[in-house]
Amino acid sequence: MYKILEKECLNPTVTRMVIDAPAIAAKAEPGQFVILRVDENGERIPLTVADFDRKKGTVTIIFQIVGATTELLNAKNEGDSLQDFVGPLGIPSVTEGLKKVAVVGGGVGCAIAFPVAKKLHEQGTVVHSVIGFKSEDLVILEDEFRAVSDHVAMMTDDGSYGEKGLVTDALRALLDAGEQYDEVIAIGPLIMMKFVSLLTKEYDIKTVVSMNSIMIDGTGMCGCCRLTVGGETKFACVDGPEFDGHLVDYDEAIQRSLMYREFEEEAHEHVCNLFKMEVK
Amino acid sequence: MANMSLKKNEMPSQDPMVRNRNFQEVALGYTEEQAIDEATRCLNCKHHPCVAGCPVEIDIPDFIMKTAEGKFEEAYQIICQDSSLPAVCGRVCPQESQCEAVCVRGIKGEPVGIGRLERFVADWHIANAQDEPVRCPENGRKVAIIGSGPAGLTCAGSLARMGYAVTVFEALHTAGGVLVYGIPEFRLPKDIVQKEIDALIELGVEVRTNMVIGRSITVDELLNEHGYEAVFIGSGAGLPMFMKIPGENLKGVYSANEYLTRVNLMKAYLPESATPIKKSKKVAVVGGGNVAMDAARCAKRLGAEEVYIIYRRSEEELPAREEEVHHAMEEGIIFKLLNNPVRILGDDKLNVTGIECLEMALGEPDESGRRRPVPVEGSEWTLDLDTVIMAIGTSPNPLIKATTEGLDTEKWGGIIAEDPSGQTSRAHVYAGGDAVTGAATVILAMGAGKCAARAIDEELSGMKSCAEKNNINI
Repeated sequence: MYKILEKECLNPTVTRMVIDAPAIAAKAEPGQFVILRVDENGERIPLTVADFDRKKGTVTIIFQIVGATTELLNAKNEGDSLQDFVGPLGIPSVTEGLKKVAVVGGGVGCAIAFPVAKKLHEQGTVVHSVIGFKSEDLVILEDEFRAVSDHVAMMTDDGSYGEKGLVTDALRALLDAGEQYDEVIAIGPLIMMKFVSLLTKEYDIKTVVSMNSIMIDGTGMCGCCRLTVGGETKFACVDGPEFDGHLVDYDEAIQRSLMYREFEEEAHEHVCNLFKMEVK
Repeated sequence: MANMSLKKNEMPSQDPMVRNRNFQEVALGYTEEQAIDEATRCLNCKHHPCVAGCPVEIDIPDFIMKTAEGKFEEAYQIICQDSSLPAVCGRVCPQESQCEAVCVRGIKGEPVGIGRLERFVADWHIANAQDEPVRCPENGRKVAIIGSGPAGLTCAGSLARMGYAVTVFEALHTAGGVLVYGIPEFRLPKDIVQKEIDALIELGVEVRTNMVIGRSITVDELLNEHGYEAVFIGSGAGLPMFMKIPGENLKGVYSANEYLTRVNLMKAYLPESATPIKKSKKVAVVGGGNVAMDAARCAKRLGAEEVYIIYRRSEEELPAREEEVHHAMEEGIIFKLLNNPVRILGDDKLNVTGIECLEMALGEPDESGRRRPVPVEGSEWTLDLDTVIMAIGTSPNPLIKATTEGLDTEKWGGIIAEDPSGQTSRAHVYAGGDAVTGAATVILAMGAGKCAARAIDEELSGMKSCAEKNNINI
């Protein structure tokens, strides 16, 4: 069992938890992920490592409540424990030799982008962060990004905070203003990563995206997380989760991510009903 | 006087049309009377060819003689001298191509039902006997085992019985490897696997789940920082193979590994499980091995109306055990033999809608000795489906190779290990099972685990004489 040491609501649908997991904290690097199970009958879900503290032996996860499992996870409190927590999995982000990078984060994807931005900043890379949210109340990690970035472009879809527009608008503005990047790192919804990649392709800038495929074991056994990269089948769990953004078949990945939507909606509703009954 | 009946005592089983809707065990096991009757069919012949036919060399005539006398616990103890997983092997070993294939009684009539007797004896022990674990005097030396499947468990059990402090590292949340995630409940109930693992824990073996070697800890760290003097890699089968035909990433195409993991490990067939699985109506499983049969039979049990096996050779070449093929046919699985898929068809939402196949004919034998399937020109046909399961094999997991410098592997990824010791290109590192051979059987993996345990003991004790095969019980 893996104890929840801290829990914090970052916004109404996004929660941050600090988990006691010394073995994983000792090894984790930005870009890697963990697989967890909330309880005995729980499914295995992958979550990217949002932060880690080797001294304290803790791993931080940040998740959006999107379905039954994340709803159950969110129902756990400080002092409770998770059934299983395994990692770190996947190949760490490659940051060596990068002088100037644009880190693009969308929604809860910012939680995954942040440790990469932090690592880049710590190694002396110039970091321009472009972070986007639907609206002001959903903004997360703004201070954290500001602390590790040389420039931050804050975007909201409805203009309720920062600039109104999409992350691609802000990135294009930076590029048109003459900013030159060794690499763009884009992490967020699949559709966002698709359009960031289309944009950077125009400017011929190497782009890395992090794929959050559906997984079961996460260790290279089941093949559930496969995607097409440059016409070849790759496995997000052992070949990724980061891939060349210009080579990923996003349309296929988007469809594959919807594979269990019906089941998930039903399960989510079921869990919500259970919680409502408890409240009564 | 031996029982000269030409036929084996039949195995009581669930009715095919009942069992293809539930996940309970298919075969119900012999009664005591049936077991004694079957045991008396053994002639206890001088040459006992069955022993050499067994990859772990169980003293088969001896255990059968005790069974015939009704001394079931004694029979069990005889099996245990050579096998650490009797209840598992009695269920999933391909006896028809091993011990039973060379049984003298098989020359005229059916061989003795050795597998069925092994299963009976093991089940009798579980139901009736109290295990008093015999702990060997500890020798204070640590060995790490990577993977808790048949190879790892056997190696762990053998070493623990010799007094080693053994830790088994398992990547998943439950120990058992393929016995838990791969082989379905109806063929191998999971509580039986758990009992075998519990027995190892009683013996002093430490099992650590949620540990991915290569990520959580590397092989070098096990040796250099964690005090293990030897490491055995039994990491099993790895990434699923696909045919590289169009449509394999459509929604509704599963690897057998994924499908079986969802069903067996994650228990997707139970309402309380949070793991989803597609509610399929028409399913095709591509492949002809035991894994293909397991996937097809799971799909049927999950409620599919039509389940097909598509295999490019003929019935004779099916690699699955005869019994599994027979069970699948009884349960209504439809066999489309001598057919090979050329592409999987889908709709605009990328859902599977069908599969296009090409008929095959058998040509000259290929390097495997089996007749090579050759496409019949212009024989394309289409089958409407909503689910396709690819069961055409796996390639070894790349994690350990990628993180262990100097560990040599074959081009296809299998770890290179000496036969039979399992010694790899790295000192103190041994390997066995599917990670070395590619997809094979439970019993062969167990054999490899047992041999590696012997080799590890020889290396660590530095006294080869004490590891003479006949002087130790492993």
